[in-house]
Amino acid sequence: MTQLPPPATKKLGLVIDLDTCVGCHACVVSCKGWNTENYGAPLSDQDPYGAEPSGTFLNRVHSYEVQPPDGAAQLIHFPKSCLHCEDAPCVTVCPTGASYKRAEDGIVLVNESDCIGCGLCAWACPYGARELDAKAGVMKKCTLCVDRIYNENLPEEDRQPACVRTCPAGARHFGDLGDEDSDVSKLVAERGGFDLMPEQGTKPVNKYLPPRPKDEMPEFDVLGPYLAPVASDGKGFAAWLDKALSALPGNGT
Amino acid sequence: MHPAPSVIVFNTFSGLGFGLLFWLGLGALVPTGPSAFIWFTIAYVLSVGGLIASAFHLGRPERAIKAFSQWQTSWLSREAVCAVFALIVMAVYGAGLVFAGTRFAVIGIVGGLSSLGVVFTTSMIYTQMKTVPRWRHWSTPAMYLLLAVGGGGLLAGQVTIAVWLLALGAALQIFAWVAGDGRLRASGTNMDTATGLGHIGTVRAFEPPHTGTNYLMREFIHEVGRKHARNLRIITILLAFALPVGLLLLPFNHVLAAIAVLSHIVGVLTLRWLFFAQAEHVVGFYYGKR
Repeated sequence: MTQLPPPATKKLGLVIDLDTCVGCHACVVSCKGWNTENYGAPLSDQDPYGAEPSGTFLNRVHSYEVQPPDGAAQLIHFPKSCLHCEDAPCVTVCPTGASYKRAEDGIVLVNESDCIGCGLCAWACPYGARELDAKAGVMKKCTLCVDRIYNENLPEEDRQPACVRTCPAGARHFGDLGDEDSDVSKLVAERGGFDLMPEQGTKPVNKYLPPRPKDEMPEFDVLGPYLAPVASDGKGFAAWLDKALSALPGNGT
Repeated sequence: MHPAPSVIVFNTFSGLGFGLLFWLGLGALVPTGPSAFIWFTIAYVLSVGGLIASAFHLGRPERAIKAFSQWQTSWLSREAVCAVFALIVMAVYGAGLVFAGTRFAVIGIVGGLSSLGVVFTTSMIYTQMKTVPRWRHWSTPAMYLLLAVGGGGLLAGQVTIAVWLLALGAALQIFAWVAGDGRLRASGTNMDTATGLGHIGTVRAFEPPHTGTNYLMREFIHEVGRKHARNLRIITILLAFALPVGLLLLPFNHVLAAIAVLSHIVGVLTLRWLFFAQAEHVVGFYYGKR
């Protein structure tokens, strides 16, 4: 059903640390891998080795340059996938009931066998979290690796989304954001986690941690005075040496 | 937004077809026998043809039947339900006129009003999108309804009222364009809120997530087409409204009326193209584009 369930107490989601993300795209690759080799229609590519490659991805990393009023610009890598919104506009627009939000943990999913590929849910999503697969003709989106996190066939350390498991920088965290005492909730409270496009009223579950302020380096230089360039109008021995060497044949000024 | 030809064709011709069904249902013209058959055939070719065209933009059109189930929340589902209802009721009404030569007034009025209901539900699919601020305004459904009633009136030969409706349509469309131009800015969504990085400084898209294009960019970002928006707006007003009104004001002649209808159709196709090509989806901010 495309009616949203009553707000759940359990809100599984991601916390993404924009301070530590190094923009390596490992999460993009592991996401594409897991979601192509496992549940549902594979994430297809069109013209993958040709001139205009294009494909379906559930997670993409943007990079932004932010120029403060003073000082150097910062480069911030910005991974973006479904935010599993509490008030998910992608769910209510679905004409077939394929798009739904789970009552038990708040994960937003697509039942691919009911999807007609009309694309309206992607229109309704302000974040670009949904992509219509060009080959399968159905809507693909982040499942929060629902086939990993509850999967008892996997070792316990692997029961988290593929993107979180693979992140070499520890910039991605998975947990229950509905539980105030969970690690992710504490992280959000400590670091001032924020919502993307709060004015859209979607109440995203995923939170982003802002980049920490850059350290101010004080102006100090131990070797500087000794490395000052030699004055060309030297005096004493240096001036005599300069003059004498310059006088040799083949030497310019 | 990407101006998909199938959706433009659907919006234009279904709007005209359901507009014509509206006038037929209300009894503005009461043809009987073979003449009624021709009128209803025209209306059904336009409305059903448009609906079939719209199925071409589906990824899995063979499952379209499932779209009737979620009418409680989804405007697209409501549109599907409303369209089937209107087409069945109007078929009963049309059969009465064609085969019995009798007008069942109540059935006609119900069918005519639900034909407008189809147009309204279509318009709400766009109006509900908070992600496309240009569409999220009362002028979107108002324009859809006015075009259906005006264009349908033009087809149905309701000269006097069509002149007024088309003139009003031109005025409302100009208002909708001018008012819509500032709505993305007024929505409060921008690169700062999209990235949450505005408190540090000026945000600029430095590197996109991939070297090529993708579904999101193809579907939602359409900067090239807006280059000629001003000229296309003038063409739209001339062809969809001004020329048909001018021709209708001349002494009636079938050739002039046919030219008026053709001009209106070409004008509305342009209008619909602009409706999509000019609409900015907020996801463009993540790409530093509109």
